[in-house]
Amino acid sequence: MASTTLSPQAQPAETTRRLARVNWTLVLGTALLLGIIAFGTIGRLLVSREGMKLGANDFAAPPGAQIPLGTDPAGRSVLVMMIYGTLPTLTIGLIAGGIGTIVGASLGLVAGYYGGPIDTLVHSFADILLGVPSLLVLVVLASYLGDMSIATMSAIIAFFAWPWPARSVRSQTLSMRELAHVEMAKLSGCGDLEIIFRELMPNLLPYIATSFVRSVSGGIMASVGLQMLGLGSLTLITLALMLSSAFSSAALTRGLWWWWFPPTVVLTLLFVALFLITLSLDEATNPRLKAARAA
Amino acid sequence: MTRIGASYFVRRLLVFLFVIWAAASLNFLVPRLAPGDPMAATLARMSMSGDRMEGGAEIIESYRARFGLDQSLGVQYLKYLGAVVRFDFGYSLASFPARVLEIIGRALPWTVGLLLTTTILSFGLGILLGAFVAWRSGETAVEILAAPFVVLAAIPYYLLALLLVYALAFGLDLFPSGGTTRIGASLEWTLPSMLDVLHHSLLPALSIILSSLGGRMISMRSMMVRVMESDYLTLARAKGLPDRRVFLWYAARNAILPEITTLGISLGFVASGATLVEVVFSYPGIGYQLYRAIGNSDFNLIQGITLIMVISVATAILVLDLVYPRLDPRITYTGK
Repeated sequence: MASTTLSPQAQPAETTRRLARVNWTLVLGTALLLGIIAFGTIGRLLVSREGMKLGANDFAAPPGAQIPLGTDPAGRSVLVMMIYGTLPTLTIGLIAGGIGTIVGASLGLVAGYYGGPIDTLVHSFADILLGVPSLLVLVVLASYLGDMSIATMSAIIAFFAWPWPARSVRSQTLSMRELAHVEMAKLSGCGDLEIIFRELMPNLLPYIATSFVRSVSGGIMASVGLQMLGLGSLTLITLALMLSSAFSSAALTRGLWWWWFPPTVVLTLLFVALFLITLSLDEATNPRLKAARAA
Repeated sequence: MTRIGASYFVRRLLVFLFVIWAAASLNFLVPRLAPGDPMAATLARMSMSGDRMEGGAEIIESYRARFGLDQSLGVQYLKYLGAVVRFDFGYSLASFPARVLEIIGRALPWTVGLLLTTTILSFGLGILLGAFVAWRSGETAVEILAAPFVVLAAIPYYLLALLLVYALAFGLDLFPSGGTTRIGASLEWTLPSMLDVLHHSLLPALSIILSSLGGRMISMRSMMVRVMESDYLTLARAKGLPDRRVFLWYAARNAILPEITTLGISLGFVASGATLVEVVFSYPGIGYQLYRAIGNSDFNLIQGITLIMVISVATAILVLDLVYPRLDPRITYTGK
């Protein structure tokens, strides 16, 4: 996609400079993300889950040689909980972001391609949902549903994950449907669905990919928010659940920093990683930003 | 100068009412669709402890009357909407004699004060920073200045808040890590007491400003880039106008306008994010009340708070949308 012909004023030397910069962001983001995934997967192979059983270690022990990151007041090793909590955290994001992107991108394609009342309906509804503080609506749902599985929580979060992909895919579809190859397909008698999925969608994949990463990040953010408020999935340990139990036990005022600080750092790095990846994908797909960089 | 057509106004108003109606209806539907009938469970739980709890019978009565559990769903729904229109959310289940609206009323000034200050500050600073970075793009010093804010934009408010608590409250002991006053001190309208409150509010405010600044900066920068491509800017430069004048009055001024519309959308995120910041700092605003209500399974309070917040954000967006055409003479909304 990183074609240089899109920005006429770009000099070859500057183009290489810009590509190097895009790659640098992407490399850093991907490396961080892979590091976090490795922490969750390889960690599982190296460390047994025995350490996070109740009373497995001393209670509320500060970090030391024996237990690298200390323990919570129930004697569970913070490091072991983090290792086993990382993948579920990512899974929520993948499910919620995946559903949101598939639903959103399909709606965006259909709305942008057909226009008219369908388009009005989809884009007004998406715009309305974008202005609603989604976390608060999720709170109402989750407070009645009580403890739920990771999958249920992801599905609920996905309800608010589709508007962004729908919006971005719709606007790209609008500008694409007049292109020659789409006209060509229409004239050769292709059906609407065939045009949408064979002519339009492949060209929109970069935008869909950007939306997906953004939705994964949004999904994780919503799940962290819910769990920090004491809602959502309450049994399977995730990074956010560690934070939430630290809060409800007043870990902040009790000075048990090793309980909440390490999961905070991993979550922060995770969001930064996903953000850097979206940023580089954005720069690679948005000709305006590219031109701005090159100018 | 009024460029808002009647049809645009009506359409915006309908969207506003739709959002509130949908949020209220969700509040009505969820308890009835949820598995295990929590309404009955709540009533059962309250009847069990009713004789021991002061005023328990009255809550059950008010609950029954409010939801009219013996009536048909349609009648219940209409009665419920009537109550919502009057902002009547009933009694708090956890702290009984208090009505939901009283609790919200006590907490609201804290949240409004925090959000208003931080939103205005981060909007203003973000716009200035974004405009500056776009104007001087390519200079290494400027890029280095901008980079940390870009990264901060990726971090949710509450995580940044926790990092700040770790660094500034525990590490350096500069700020208190929660609450609004020193322990034991009471809230008064005196200078020391107010300074104490300010001191306690700085860290929550700082975490919201720092993490929302970057997003604003990025979007202002891309808007500036767009404006700087336009012909009238080339003309302004060709006329030999001073650089600073071109920057402030030709480029930045035009790039700010679209930012105001995105301010509306970002308000929803600010409201959600600030809720958790309040939880982190035990800041006695509406978000902290929500956290406590969830802990106490106080469904009336949860519904009241979420609905009030949805209404506030929807109102803010409505006002922004109606003000916007007046600010930008290029925009006309006189029908389609």
